[in-house]
Amino acid sequence: MDAMHPSELAISSDARLAALVRRLARNPSVVLGGAVLALLALASAAAPLLGTVDPTLLDPVNRDLLPGASARVTALTGESFRHTFWMGTDSFGRDIYSRVLYGGRVSLSVGLAVAALSLAIGVGVGLVAGYVRALDGVVMRAMDGLMAIPGVLLAIALVALWRASLLTVVAAIAIPEIPRVVRLARSLVLTIREEPYVEAAISVGTPTGALLLRHVLPNAAAPLIVQGTYVCASAILIESILSFLGAGLPTDVPTWGNIMAEGRLQFTAYPHNVFFPGVFLALTVLAVNMLGDGLRDTLDPKFNRRGDRPA
Amino acid sequence: MLRFLLRRLLAAIPVLLIVATLVFALLRLTPGDPAAVIAGDSATVEQIERIREGLGLNRPLVVQFAIWLARLAQGDLGESFFFKMPVSALIAQRLEPTLALALATLALAVAVAVPLGVLAAWRRGGWLDRGVMMFSTLGFSIPVFVLGYLLIWLVSLKLGWLPAQGYRRIADGFGPFLRHLVLPSVTLSVIYIALIARVTRASVSEALTEDYVRTARAKGLNEAAVLLRHALANAAVPIVTVIGIGFALLIGGVVVTESVYAIPGLGRLTVDAVLARDFPTIQGLILLFSAVYVLINLLVDLAYAGLDPRIRY
Repeated sequence: MDAMHPSELAISSDARLAALVRRLARNPSVVLGGAVLALLALASAAAPLLGTVDPTLLDPVNRDLLPGASARVTALTGESFRHTFWMGTDSFGRDIYSRVLYGGRVSLSVGLAVAALSLAIGVGVGLVAGYVRALDGVVMRAMDGLMAIPGVLLAIALVALWRASLLTVVAAIAIPEIPRVVRLARSLVLTIREEPYVEAAISVGTPTGALLLRHVLPNAAAPLIVQGTYVCASAILIESILSFLGAGLPTDVPTWGNIMAEGRLQFTAYPHNVFFPGVFLALTVLAVNMLGDGLRDTLDPKFNRRGDRPA
Repeated sequence: MLRFLLRRLLAAIPVLLIVATLVFALLRLTPGDPAAVIAGDSATVEQIERIREGLGLNRPLVVQFAIWLARLAQGDLGESFFFKMPVSALIAQRLEPTLALALATLALAVAVAVPLGVLAAWRRGGWLDRGVMMFSTLGFSIPVFVLGYLLIWLVSLKLGWLPAQGYRRIADGFGPFLRHLVLPSVTLSVIYIALIARVTRASVSEALTEDYVRTARAKGLNEAAVLLRHALANAAVPIVTVIGIGFALLIGGVVVTESVYAIPGLGRLTVDAVLARDFPTIQGLILLFSAVYVLINLLVDLAYAGLDPRIRY
């Protein structure tokens, strides 16, 4: 979550920063969500050290093993060793546990990348639309049109058009999210531009670019960061939907959606192939959503008073 | 009222035009030969040539767009090269299951979420409220397909209460039709319930702090009447709004749910079309779903007048 570190907020002094960190640390949603996410990130980053084998290793002998079974594995290097399949194997003999841990890398990086990309583009467009009145109408009508297309649908159509790779998947998921960020950023700019400090900055001749970056953006940061966490959660979900439907990353890439898509073929006999990645996926999205709710309550009481989240 | 209706209808047209433009641009501005892309991987040279002529690809882009729009206005969505039939006929064929699933989900979600949200607001801070809020956070986080398989495993495989997959047409008997619809609509409704319950709770709690609620209680009205006639009636506008906005979730969910439950509807068609890279069908479906979404939200706007007597158009 380095893009959302509290140090980027509009804080003038170290004391206020420390107070903010204390408030965040007291919020159970932030602590719990953050801890679960940190654990998941650590586990997927350190996957090679956590008793995994090559997640793409096919092994016809060890097909469809139940969770906890142990068997001899021969790696591509030719070395052979005993391995316990904590979560069993799929119908190609691949180790589910290894695939789930490595799959976390894809989910978390897609979530982060989509949040960063749609925040960067959305905030840029939103700042300009909110500040340059001549562009406002055109930009917002285009956003209305984009928002009228259901997000999942647009994402799978874009991936089909571009052919799936990590880059196109990230872009395809980010594009439907951008209008929501633009709307939020624009509405924040419209409020903030009426503030006395913005008028003061205008009156001393601050150039527009500096005005937006130094005075408007920092004061819009809190709701945007909260929105960023919700975008991240939704991106992780949509990536897994794309993989699950067979429209995402190639099926040999370990992603949670791909593991489930493979597992569904034998769901009646081996339901765990679907459930292990499913639990990880649900847990991750839950942790990101909890972090978002906690950040919203802590950073942005005004946003909270509305009671609902931007759909 | 009629003037407002016309004005809102007219306002929906530019949005749909923008959607159509975006969908058009999607295909034409992608590098490569649009005719080859549209025809898909299995097309013959003659087919590609026919498409090229049909689309007028040798003419200026603006003219191409005009041709395409004119056909669209006549309901001509082009021809599916994978299913070998007009896209509009294909959509008509697959409409019933999706319509049934969407309506059942909508009815179920509203019937469960609104009472839950009202009760949570009524006993704000109590165990029911905390339960509803927790369910709502969980509902946003559990992926539709994970929930779907969980329900299939529990209800169909372990308990054997309901069929695991498939769809029965309503014409083949109402009983089987309903039995096949229960699990998919429960699965799909969870995220929708989460959304509607959350907004209902927020909106009703706000209404409960108003003076007219205190007055209603002071004159000895019973709690049910206070909650329904005063609080809920005044909280209705945001609830109806979120039902409209949340319809996008439902459309996205239909695609996944129909795949999990092997329902031959528009959602499954979307996935098949994407896997076959059948672009005329994908285009047609995106346009259709977007138009439905825009129209639903138009209906929501119209409902405001009925729900809130202060709103006069």
